[in-house]
Amino acid sequence: MLQVEQLSKRYGDRLAVDAISFAIGEGETVGLLGPNGAGKTTVIAMISGIAQPDGGQVSLGDVLVTKDADALKRRVGLVPQDLALYDELSAWANLQLFGGLYGLGGDSLRRRADDALALVGLADRRNERVKNFSGGMKRRLNIAGALLHDPDLILLDEPTVGVDPQSRNAIFDNLEALKSRGKTLLYTTHYMEEAERLCDRVLILDGGRILANDSVVKLMQQYGNLEAAFMQLTGHALRDGAEA
Amino acid sequence: MNTVAIVALIRNDMRLYFADRRAVIVGVLVPILIAAFFGYVFGGTGRNEDAGRIPIAVVDEDQSAVSRAITSDLSADKLLQVTVLDRAAARAGVKAGKQNAAAVFPKRFGEQATRALFSGRDKPQVVLLVDPSQIAGPRVIEGLLAQYSMQEISKEAFTGDAGRKIMDDFVTDLDRREQTATSADLRTLLQSARRLNERRDGAAGAAGADPQRGFGLTIPYTTASTQVTARDSAPYNSYAHSFAGMAVQFILLAGIDAGVLLLLTRQRGIWQRLRSAPLRRSEFILARLLATTLISLFQFTLIYLAAALVFRVRIEGSWLGFAGVGIAFCLLNAAFGLMVATLGRSAPTTRGLANMATLLLVMIGGAWVPAFVFPRWLQSASLYAPTRWAVDGLDGATWRGLPFDSAILPITVLIGTAAVCLTVAIWRFRWEE
Repeated sequence: MLQVEQLSKRYGDRLAVDAISFAIGEGETVGLLGPNGAGKTTVIAMISGIAQPDGGQVSLGDVLVTKDADALKRRVGLVPQDLALYDELSAWANLQLFGGLYGLGGDSLRRRADDALALVGLADRRNERVKNFSGGMKRRLNIAGALLHDPDLILLDEPTVGVDPQSRNAIFDNLEALKSRGKTLLYTTHYMEEAERLCDRVLILDGGRILANDSVVKLMQQYGNLEAAFMQLTGHALRDGAEA
Repeated sequence: MNTVAIVALIRNDMRLYFADRRAVIVGVLVPILIAAFFGYVFGGTGRNEDAGRIPIAVVDEDQSAVSRAITSDLSADKLLQVTVLDRAAARAGVKAGKQNAAAVFPKRFGEQATRALFSGRDKPQVVLLVDPSQIAGPRVIEGLLAQYSMQEISKEAFTGDAGRKIMDDFVTDLDRREQTATSADLRTLLQSARRLNERRDGAAGAAGADPQRGFGLTIPYTTASTQVTARDSAPYNSYAHSFAGMAVQFILLAGIDAGVLLLLTRQRGIWQRLRSAPLRRSEFILARLLATTLISLFQFTLIYLAAALVFRVRIEGSWLGFAGVGIAFCLLNAAFGLMVATLGRSAPTTRGLANMATLLLVMIGGAWVPAFVFPRWLQSASLYAPTRWAVDGLDGATWRGLPFDSAILPITVLIGTAAVCLTVAIWRFRWEE
């Protein structure tokens, strides 16, 4: 479904992503793991059409990002790492904007917003201002905002960062519900147990290169657990000051 | 063109604006209050006769018929608000800024002034104590004092009791001197005045009237001052100008807020979501432009609604011109806000610099005080400020009562400046990462 071929991105002298290639099948959930500065967010930005690759290609089905970015964007939903919400507005008003950006309006927008709010468990809080929400509720609404246009591929950039275990569990439930609906998920995280629970396959990225691309089961068989695989492949050196 | 997305962005910006009640209050209520203050200070609706009177003190140490008459004339003048005080109180009043000036009539002022009218010698001195911070007030007082003094002194000299005695003394003095053609003519003039007085006294006595203080020299013309406003019957309403100025100022400040909001949006996750949507750069810029224009028009409408309902500001000229200037200015404001957002880097610095630039533009644009009080060079320079054209355009459509033709140039300048700001904004706008 998603094909990434020889994808590269450079920021000044620094090569953030170095000619990586991978594919994700329809309905698959893939974890994109890596230490700080590995290039995870840059990969997500290029797949979602936010950042232009310096080389290589991204295609979704038969749509090439470089040829028809808008068509690709209509099939991709992005859950950014930073909360993409207006605190001053209600949950409903936020979703009305995000749906509108994809050309949704009227009854179809209302129906999809209701579905998205129900999925993340916020249907009864739709008219409350986001600033009154807890961190976990904001993270769930952040996910709902990416679902309105019914994307085939959902890109989640550390969707559980900074939330308590209860909220994290609720988010897992949301993602599993999406998985059961046949959605394709690409998921970045620092938490190995999340990847173990949710992902079919894992890509381990470091220094802009893919170090491993295998199923969770195989990696666990080979290294004992994902944490061990991650540390063995990426090393123990600190990544202070690393970006992207 | 993704019109649904554009409408969604506009609706969202409107919601964000109305969600911040403080911004709405600052943008609407504060300009109304400040415009009300400026309008009142500069004369209000023109119906309050006390507004704008110059406060002065009169110190009458003479207490003669002449000094009392001049004091009475000054008190009756519509330009002045006269308080009679002693010299110490008058000086203290001027020093404290309560009086613009004080006129002191010394002892024997009436007698000496009347005598000096004939002799030209030993003129008494009227002391004027003036507040140096006041420029126009003391000049007005000097002029009125000269007018009323000539009127009352000449009246006393030719028809008053003291004046008649002085005239008799002067004739006696002339008789003692060497006879010349000039002294003979002067004697004839004074004797004619004496005979005229005697005849008037006789006529007044027969009618049972007071024969004292008949005529004096007066200004041999009268002036009819007509306020050249929209209609002859419509007095100048200074609220019309103050509301134009404050609407321009506070709408511009709100435009900066819109620009800063855009800068802040870039630093939040919301920017990534906008960028990941099938939204073009041109659609995003258009939505921002229209949203800020609509918000500015909302402010503009409420401010002028208050001006019309409470402060009797009327559109005496072209409604179309008024609407055209208003819309063109709101468009300029939106483009200015966009330009600020694309040129700025951090929100606090951008807000500070843009506010400073706006206040300068507003100040030299004549929004605080009308541009015609500026020095000539500044009046010329202010024509380069779009705020001047906005204020002049709104003044023209309101109290000046000018037709649509006169609004065309301000509208053209405002739209032209908006186009320049928009061009810079489009050029500098970073959409791609």
